[in-house]
Amino acid sequence: MGENISTRVAYGRALAEFGADENIYVFDADLKKCTMTLYFSEKYPERFYNIGIAEANMVDVAAGFATCGATALVHTFAIFAAGRVYDQVRNNVCYPGLNVKVVGSHAGLTVGEDGATHQSLEDISLMRTIPGMTVIVPCDANETRLATKAMLDFQGPCYFRTGRPAVECVTDTIEDYSFEIGKGVQLKDGKDVTIIACGLMVQEALKAHKILEDEGISARVIDMHTIKPIDREIILKAAEETGAIVTAEEHNVIGGLGAAVAEVLVQNESVPTEFVGVQDTFGHSASPATLLKHYGLTPENIAAKAKKAISRK
Amino acid sequence: MDSKKKKELELWAARIRKTALQTIQTAGSGHIGGSFSICDILSVLYFDKMNVDPDNQNKADRDRMVLSKGHCSPAMYATLALKGFFPVEHLATFRTLESDLSGHVEIHVPGVDMSAGSLGQGLSTALGMAMYAKANKVGNRVFCIMGDGEIQEGQVWEAAMCAGFYKTDNLIAFVDNNNLQLDGSLEEVMSPYPIGDKFKAFGWNVIEIDGHDVEQIADAVELASVVTGKPTVIVAHTVKGKGVSLFEDNVDFHGGQPKPEQWPECFAELDARLAELEG
Repeated sequence: MGENISTRVAYGRALAEFGADENIYVFDADLKKCTMTLYFSEKYPERFYNIGIAEANMVDVAAGFATCGATALVHTFAIFAAGRVYDQVRNNVCYPGLNVKVVGSHAGLTVGEDGATHQSLEDISLMRTIPGMTVIVPCDANETRLATKAMLDFQGPCYFRTGRPAVECVTDTIEDYSFEIGKGVQLKDGKDVTIIACGLMVQEALKAHKILEDEGISARVIDMHTIKPIDREIILKAAEETGAIVTAEEHNVIGGLGAAVAEVLVQNESVPTEFVGVQDTFGHSASPATLLKHYGLTPENIAAKAKKAISRK
Repeated sequence: MDSKKKKELELWAARIRKTALQTIQTAGSGHIGGSFSICDILSVLYFDKMNVDPDNQNKADRDRMVLSKGHCSPAMYATLALKGFFPVEHLATFRTLESDLSGHVEIHVPGVDMSAGSLGQGLSTALGMAMYAKANKVGNRVFCIMGDGEIQEGQVWEAAMCAGFYKTDNLIAFVDNNNLQLDGSLEEVMSPYPIGDKFKAFGWNVIEIDGHDVEQIADAVELASVVTGKPTVIVAHTVKGKGVSLFEDNVDFHGGQPKPEQWPECFAELDARLAELEG
């Protein structure tokens, strides 16, 4: 705990740590060294299946296992998990309501140099729209570990998004931090504006908090690790108490965290809201840091959007 | 197979056909052609070979079935009702808002082991069940029925490769080779032939039969059940719409319905067959 490692590595370790239940079966599509199911496969080889580069078959084989009562977890890059096998996930996992966990790694821009074909910027949106799907996007190693445990204990379809780069651990120092699916976590209190973030944008949101603080602006920061079911209570409380919202995600601004938050706000308590994310475009090859800067996924941009939201009050 | 058993299974097939057609007529829609081509297979499986029990529907060691060509739900639901999984009268609710009997087979229906409908996926879900059974030493068999047009889907061959690789010899797949798909014959639309050779290349045991001969179907299942180290595919040569002259080998009856004045002659043909077998 507390390590500055990627969420995919933290996930892989947690899966091996909490994978003793003989009902758990793990599937990968020739990416175990990337999705980090490697650790589980070494510890429990009898419950690990490499399906090869055949994601569609993998998801449906896992669904078959789940009909027999297994907890089945499939692993591939997020771009394939949500896009290539959308039909399999929709029709054979979510519609029958099976206990299959779809774990998409290397999500977002920070795949970096591999480029746009591998940068999943629509997965939260695609998975969120399927009835019965739970969507979890952890931000750091500590949260990922606890989220993995929670997902294994939870019955039903779940999409779990992890990232490639090492990220700073930020939740381990939060007093009384606990992980519960569907419950956002307030990392910083504030009264002028609320930043709601998921994944590695949580760390950027905390940096934005500091920037704003230096300018005399008090920003609340919420780590919204569960996109579906979204925590309505924490959103509405933030709207009421701070009067302005900024969302931040490593994802298209269409359909993801921002949209989920906005859906709650417009039906209850509309306050000025701004979205930080990729502006309906594809990614590009470059270093993760270069890309985050290029597409405006920075603390500076979050702070600027926060001020804009405040100005619209 | 003795003649009594043969006649009994032919009778169940005839009953499935009539019940399926009544179900479709009441609903006003439903897939006739592909339903009718698999009735003999369903008869042999559910009334002879499969270890299933309507009184203990969820027993863990039951044989399982994935009807990958899920649109042929009328035949499947008729079979399950006749077998006793739910009342035959319930079939009258097929394709209505109040019913669990949707247009494509659904896991929520008693006796159905997996939903299907989006073609090309059932072999994978059946494979998952078969792999689970092997991992847990359940000792059951998993059956899958695919359409021949369906095997144009690439995922079928992902599953074929995987089943061969993992040597899932408790997986028995049927290809309902009626040679017709929605837009025409397989040769016109997109030929998947030779079917058996393709499965063989992926490490499968291949059996070719007349899919309307209950004896051949039963023998093939017996052979498949004793093969070790290989999954089996039974390529069943069938006639789409088998059992009613109007429907037979007629592409219009993939999803199409008879005209109002044609229904009596369809049922008359099915009733004549029933009378012949019952007599």
